[in-house]
Amino acid sequence: MTLPPQELQNTARPATAARPRGRPPVPMVFWQLALGIGLLLAWQGASGRLIDNFFISNPIDVATRLYRWTADGSIFMHLAATLYATVLGFVIGSVGGAVLGIWLGVSPTASRLLNPYLNALNALPKVALAPLFVLWFGLGIESKIALAAMLVLFLVFLNTFAGVREVDQDLIDAARLMRATRTQLVTKVIIPAAMSWVFAGLKVAMPYALIGTVLGEMIAANRGLGYLVQFSGSQFDTAGVFAVLIVIALLAVALNYLVELTQGRMERWRMISR
Amino acid sequence: MIRIENVSKSFYRGGSATDAVRGMNFTVAREEIVAIIGPSGCGKSTLLNMIAGLYAPTQGHVVYNGAIVSDVNVAVGYMTQKDSLLPWRTVLDNVAFPLELAGVAWAERARHASAVIQHVGLDGFEERYPGELSGGMRKRAALARMLLYGAETVLLDEPFAALDAQLKLAMHDLMLRLIAENRQTAVVVTHDLMEAVTLADRVLVCTRRPATIMMEQRIDLPRPRDVLHVRFTSAFKDHYDALWDRLRLEYQEERV
Repeated sequence: MTLPPQELQNTARPATAARPRGRPPVPMVFWQLALGIGLLLAWQGASGRLIDNFFISNPIDVATRLYRWTADGSIFMHLAATLYATVLGFVIGSVGGAVLGIWLGVSPTASRLLNPYLNALNALPKVALAPLFVLWFGLGIESKIALAAMLVLFLVFLNTFAGVREVDQDLIDAARLMRATRTQLVTKVIIPAAMSWVFAGLKVAMPYALIGTVLGEMIAANRGLGYLVQFSGSQFDTAGVFAVLIVIALLAVALNYLVELTQGRMERWRMISR
Repeated sequence: MIRIENVSKSFYRGGSATDAVRGMNFTVAREEIVAIIGPSGCGKSTLLNMIAGLYAPTQGHVVYNGAIVSDVNVAVGYMTQKDSLLPWRTVLDNVAFPLELAGVAWAERARHASAVIQHVGLDGFEERYPGELSGGMRKRAALARMLLYGAETVLLDEPFAALDAQLKLAMHDLMLRLIAENRQTAVVVTHDLMEAVTLADRVLVCTRRPATIMMEQRIDLPRPRDVLHVRFTSAFKDHYDALWDRLRLEYQEERV
């Protein structure tokens, strides 16, 4: 009798036990990497041969540029400015949106009074407010924070409002029968019950905070990733544009991951119950 | 203590009205346990909602302690058919919730809640979330919460429908003991005739929708009752048979 090799014995079975006999399956991450490398090779190959290098640059130039910016530290100044405005705008917008959503959610009179104005404001493309914010807050980082916060505020507000309206009436009745005061009803029943809606709003809003900041920086700034992408473009520096886009994408992924991590911690009951 | 005075309740939906309760009259005395039985969907839950002040009657009044109920009636503890536990709180925090609302300190409410949780046989599940429990366990947690909070009157809407026979008996026993201990008044809605006769001082039989009381039977079995043995006494059987005869008629009519 022959035993299988040690490494096979110790291999953890994947959750889906049924698999065809023969060669072990190639993990998906391999294919994902392969696709990425393939695309990079195609890009490098096409550049200068099929399409002018001026329009699409090439991976080697982009990587070189990223390396140079990292080595001389200049990218970090821009990254820090964008990160700062995005996070601050996100926090201000989230808190404002959540407070507004809860307040209007539990107060039918106020929500009916403000309804037409909120609808109009919501329909307005918030980025059109950018010139106004520049006038109010100047060319500095404050106007970027304001734009990011404005975009986030409406998304979080709408979700929170819907969440508060969706709270199970039976839970509210039960708490009222147990002599909950109005404040207790809001803090101990309505807010926790609406929490998953709020988080759904936060998740949607996170990329918008970044959009607001980058857009603000593109309009008028002397630092930040939005400024850098705009500046590179105006210099016909395609490699620079691509390099900044990569940094922005990485930043977006990292920020989204942070929001999901927080939600997982705060909504342990949901994870366990499902 | 509770007076139902010529109460009717209709629900309107899209121009058409459904009468859930029509011209109902009865009273519940202090520290009395009244069971209401009748075909399912006959408006019994609607009646409890009106006593709890969650619904207003279309006609008539619900009078509680001499005052017309016009808002949420905070003198009652209400165990609805849905358990209405807060899904983001553990069993312990759910059971202790009414005490938390009343401003009882953490250590004390945890102590009280743990004791009741043990009574309903949920010890070991204190830190679980409602979503992790079976339907019967959730019912027991809701029962523990209601019993702990010691309201003057308790309303129970088919409290033990999801439990197996043995557990049901244990819960009946626990409930009768705690209700007697806290000197509470109780209104129990059920479609389990055995349960009604075991628990109640008086059983009211409802007609089909729109509900009205068609029969009232006083259950003069002695208290405290031994829930395990009372059902084998001849007095129990007499009450049971008398009620069943009337109830059967109501079900037969429904079939025609």
